[in-house]
This record gives sequence, structure tokens and C-alpha cells, in this order.
Amino acid sequence: MKAMTSESVQKEKEIILKGIPASPGIAIGPVFLFQKQAPVVEERSILNEDVDREVARLEQAVARSHRELGKILEFAQKKLGDDKVKIFEAQLMILEDSVLFGAIYSRIRKELKNAEYVVQDEIGKYHRLMAASKDEYTRERAHDVEDARNRMLRNLQEQKLISRLEGSSVIVSSYLTAADAMILSRNEVLAYATDIGGITSHTALLSRALKIPAVVGLRNVSHVAHDADRVILDGYSGTVILNPSEENVKRYETKRDRYHEFEARLAGLRELPAETLDGRRVELSVNVEFEQELEFIKIQGSDGIGLYRSEYLLVGKEVFPSEEEQYQQYRLLAETMYPKRVIIRTFDIGGDKVMLDPVKENNPFLGWRGIRVMLDKPELFIEQLRAILRASTRKNVAMMFPMISSIKEVRRAKKLLEEAKRQLRKENVSFDSRIKIGVMVEVPSAAVTAEDLAEEVSFLSIGTNDLIQYLLAVDRGNDIVSDLYQEFHPAVIRFLRRIIERGKQKDVWVGMCGEMAGDPLATLLLLGLGLDEFSVVPNVLPEIKKIIRSVKYADARKIANKALTMQTEDEVKDYLKAVMKKKFPDIPID
Amino acid sequence: MVQREVTIKNRAGLHTRPAASLVKLAARYKADFLIDKDGFEINGKSIIGVMTLAAEQGAKLVLRFSGEDEQAACNAVVDLFESGFDEQ
Repeated sequence: MKAMTSESVQKEKEIILKGIPASPGIAIGPVFLFQKQAPVVEERSILNEDVDREVARLEQAVARSHRELGKILEFAQKKLGDDKVKIFEAQLMILEDSVLFGAIYSRIRKELKNAEYVVQDEIGKYHRLMAASKDEYTRERAHDVEDARNRMLRNLQEQKLISRLEGSSVIVSSYLTAADAMILSRNEVLAYATDIGGITSHTALLSRALKIPAVVGLRNVSHVAHDADRVILDGYSGTVILNPSEENVKRYETKRDRYHEFEARLAGLRELPAETLDGRRVELSVNVEFEQELEFIKIQGSDGIGLYRSEYLLVGKEVFPSEEEQYQQYRLLAETMYPKRVIIRTFDIGGDKVMLDPVKENNPFLGWRGIRVMLDKPELFIEQLRAILRASTRKNVAMMFPMISSIKEVRRAKKLLEEAKRQLRKENVSFDSRIKIGVMVEVPSAAVTAEDLAEEVSFLSIGTNDLIQYLLAVDRGNDIVSDLYQEFHPAVIRFLRRIIERGKQKDVWVGMCGEMAGDPLATLLLLGLGLDEFSVVPNVLPEIKKIIRSVKYADARKIANKALTMQTEDEVKDYLKAVMKKKFPDIPID
Repeated sequence: MVQREVTIKNRAGLHTRPAASLVKLAARYKADFLIDKDGFEINGKSIIGVMTLAAEQGAKLVLRFSGEDEQAACNAVVDLFESGFDEQ
């Protein structure tokens, strides 16, 4: 007989799922599978003399449903405050829709059918139309309609509502209506995980309001999870791990601690705008690639994504990603960030980045890269443009072109964009027809002709990393000269002022996505030069916001004007360091 | 019967809040109120009907009023649309 050893004990397989991060936080605990039974509806004929009783039955069910919702609303108001209560308004209004019920009662009388059947059928018509809508918002509202219908059917059948659970758990369900999420939250809910639903779904909104971590759009979590399975839910990245390894549990416990620390730094600042003491509001967004997880909390304090480096989709790939693959990624991005704006930069490849073909260039930095590559490969470019357009239906997506050196490139790119739009219109695919376009200003020729470029686009984004290299003729990667790469070189500062002023003249906003935007030493200078948008590495967001909120724009302008008169970067840096030391002694400046 | 065409100004379209305002306003008048979007017609006094419209920003709707106070109803409802339902 074989002895039982610990190795022969079967371990549950670890399953890793990816969804849309809906509410930040990390939860580790047991699964509670919340499965709602859709009420079973039978079609029955009724007699003429039973009509009044049938109508009365329905009236009672509606009254019960009304009371139920009233209780949920009251609970929601206590826990969440007045404005979140609006989420339940749609259902309440449906219950009070006299046209709808007029039709239902009339059908009961005319067709002599039971109330369940008529309610199911009549509301079903509206539900079907809404669920099939091209508009995302309407599809979400279809859930409200379904919930109202199910609530009435449940009350007609006099079934009770499940709401009490044992202990604390991660609720896993195919979908949670606002009412469900609300009621369940009376228990100790660690997190919510659902198969369907987007970032504006009620589950997402309520979870954030209740400060319970949540991930939606997991597609099949309710099918693969079992009751009491151990699960890790990462509401920052949208990752859900069923039956995690001990290694993963440790990883996530550490992550949880790290985020608590970040949250402490961000505390209080998160919902506040990046606005100076004298009311100048700038946009503070983040630079993102999908290599980093879309860390929700770091983005929460921001006004959106100022730079999404799409070429990261190419990393490790042999072939160019298809339009569909790209679309899925861009859509996920737009969904996750909605209603905040996402700026997608079209593929910036070549040079020191990902190479498309193994082309041998003597000087790739001044060679075939950026927009030049994509304009030479119009079929590939149009695919990307199509994917971006398709992902823009929420109207929170903008695009920008890298390494623009001439207005001709902008015009050619715009022509290809028009072609992509034409194709999509023909195929009856929806997109944001007014999608905004911008260009990276990183090549000096673009900086010098910024006023012309500004007539072709809606915004300019300054890419200081490359701009400074081109301008000062310094390769950052070359150790011998790398310390000549100076953000505060007078030429750089004057160049920046020029770009910003020309942009303003032509009424386009000017932002910056280069590293300089995230350098606390540069913040006051950039603010004073009139920069409209700072797109930074997520980690520095709290500090930059703090600086902006602590000064007057009038003072920042004085600082910038003074810096503009200096002749060496050392003078400028010493000056700024002195200012920072005085105003912000606890922000580390090197 | 009076008829007017309106365009939706709100960025988020005819979502729940403006839909509710519309239905509440229409209920004050006796006149029947129908909304036509590209040939699809619903009763403008029914919230579930209006929700089904899925009217986005820029959508053109034809409003039809018939009844004794049809002109007053029309004016009030059109005003509501033109004001963008008082949303920023």
C-alpha cells in the first residue's frame, strides 16, 4: 500500500484572470458566489372575472418593489450621501412610469394573461432594444430595466431577497446591480468581482463610493470560481487570482502595504485639482505603458493619461499586432479611464526603440523613426488609426503623432486619418468624429515652426527627452557627454517659452510629457512659462500637485522670467534650488 | 398637432438625469407627446421609452405634441432642450 505523503495531496490550480479595474484596493479572502435566479415566468390565461384580482396583485407587487427600493435608497443615502443616490433613480422612475403601466394593465385586461407574463413581455421589449444599442451608456441602463423587471416578478411570486452572508468575503457574480451591491455591502464585503460591466457600471460606481475594491469585465470569473476558493483581487490592475500560490499571496500583501503608503502621500490631494492659489488650473496627467499595470490609484489623482506609448504593444512580438488586438487594448484603456481623457501616441518606433525590420542605420537617432516609419507604412498606420478611432466611442480619446519635423508630415498623417474615418463610416462602425489630434514637439524644427503646426492640430506636447538631445547635440546614452544633457540649459528654457507662446497665440494647449514635467525642480519654472499640461510618471504625481497648489501663478511667472535672463544652467539650477528649499523644504531635490 | 426638431446639446446625451427632467416636464401638460428619432417613435412621457432612445450628443429628434395645450407644451419642452437641460 502506498503511504500518503504531502506531495500526493492535490492542490487547486492557480487561475489568473484580467478585467477592468473598477475600484482601487487589494483584497485577499474567500469567494462568495452570488448567483441570482432569474424568476421563472409562466404564461397563463386568466378568466374575465379574475382580471381585477390580477391587477390588484400587480399593484401590490409594484408597491412592495417601491418600498424595497426606498429602503435601499435610504441605506445608500446614509452610507454614501445624496448624489450617489441618483444611481437608483432610473429604477424608481420606471416603477412610476404611468405610460408603461398603463400599457401593462391594459394588456392584462385585453389579452387575459397573467401579470408575470405581461410584465415580462412588455418590459422585455424595451430591454431588448436597449441591450442591443450601440451606445455603451444605454446598454448599461438596460441592466436597470432588467433589475426593475426582476424585482417586480420576484415580488409577484413573493420571493425573498438574499442579503445576509457569513463572515467576510469577496463577492463573485456574473453581474451586480446597484441594488445588489448596496444590499450586500451590509455584510463584510472585501471586494466585488463580476463577469460583465464596464467602468461606469453601477458596481464600479458604488464600489468606489463604498471604498470596496472591485474588478469588472472579467468575462468568466463566476464560472471558474467556486464558493470558498481563496482569491486575491487587485482593484488597481484589474487582476484576480483564484487559488493563489503562497508566493503570490506574499507579493500582494507587500503590494497592499506599498499602496497604503502611496495613498497616505496622496491623501487629501487626490480629488483636488492641480490649481494654483490664484486660480490657474493646469492639467496633471500620467505617462503610461501597459508594461506597468494600470495602477489605478496613481491615475486616480490625475486628470487622465497624457501619453500612452502604443509601441509597447510591439515589445516581444514577432509580428505587428492586428487592428483587433490594438483595438482591444485601446478600448480597455479608454474604458478604464473614462471619463478622463486618454492621449494615445501612434507608434514611435525605430532608433533606440523597438525595430520593425532589422534595418542597419549609422545614426538611427537621426534616421528612420517615429512618424517617418508609419508614413512609409501607410497600411499599418491606417490599421492603428482605425483601432484608435474605434476605441474613441466614449469621446475620451485623443491621438498624437511622434517625432514630427515638418507640417507636411502632419498633413499626410491627417489625410490617412481621414481615409481611416471614411472606411469606418462605410462599414457603419462608430467613432468619435471630432477626435482631437496633437503632435509631439521634440524635433527642433517643430519647435521653431510651432505656430504653423498649431494651425493643423488641437494641442502640442513637448517631448523634452529627445528635444533636449537634439537641441544640445547630446546623446544621453553616451557616458562621456551625458552630463551635458541639461534640462535647465538657457537654450532649452527659451525654446520652451517660444513653443508655449506660439501655441497660445494659435489657441492650442501646450503640454509636456518628457521627464522634465515630472521634475519637481522644474515645476515652478514650467508653470511660470505657461505650460497647460504636465504628464508625469505616476509616482511623482502627489509632489507635483502639491507644488502647483501651493503657489500663485503670478509668482511662478516671476520665477520663470528671472530664469529666462540667466546664461548658464548652473545659475538657473542654483536659483530654483534656493526657491524650492525655501518654499518646500520637505520635497527632496537633488 | 405641433412639431419641432431639436438637437441634443448635452455632452453625455439624453442620459438618466435629463431624461427624468424631460418626462417630468411633459407630464405637466395634457397634450400627448411623441419623440421620433430616425423613424423610431416613443411616448415622451414614458421614462422607459425615453431611455430606449439612446440619444447621444448631436442627435436630431422630432417632437410632436397634440392636445389642448400643445403649443405651451412644445415651447416648454423645446426650451429645455435648447438650454442643454441646464448641464454645464
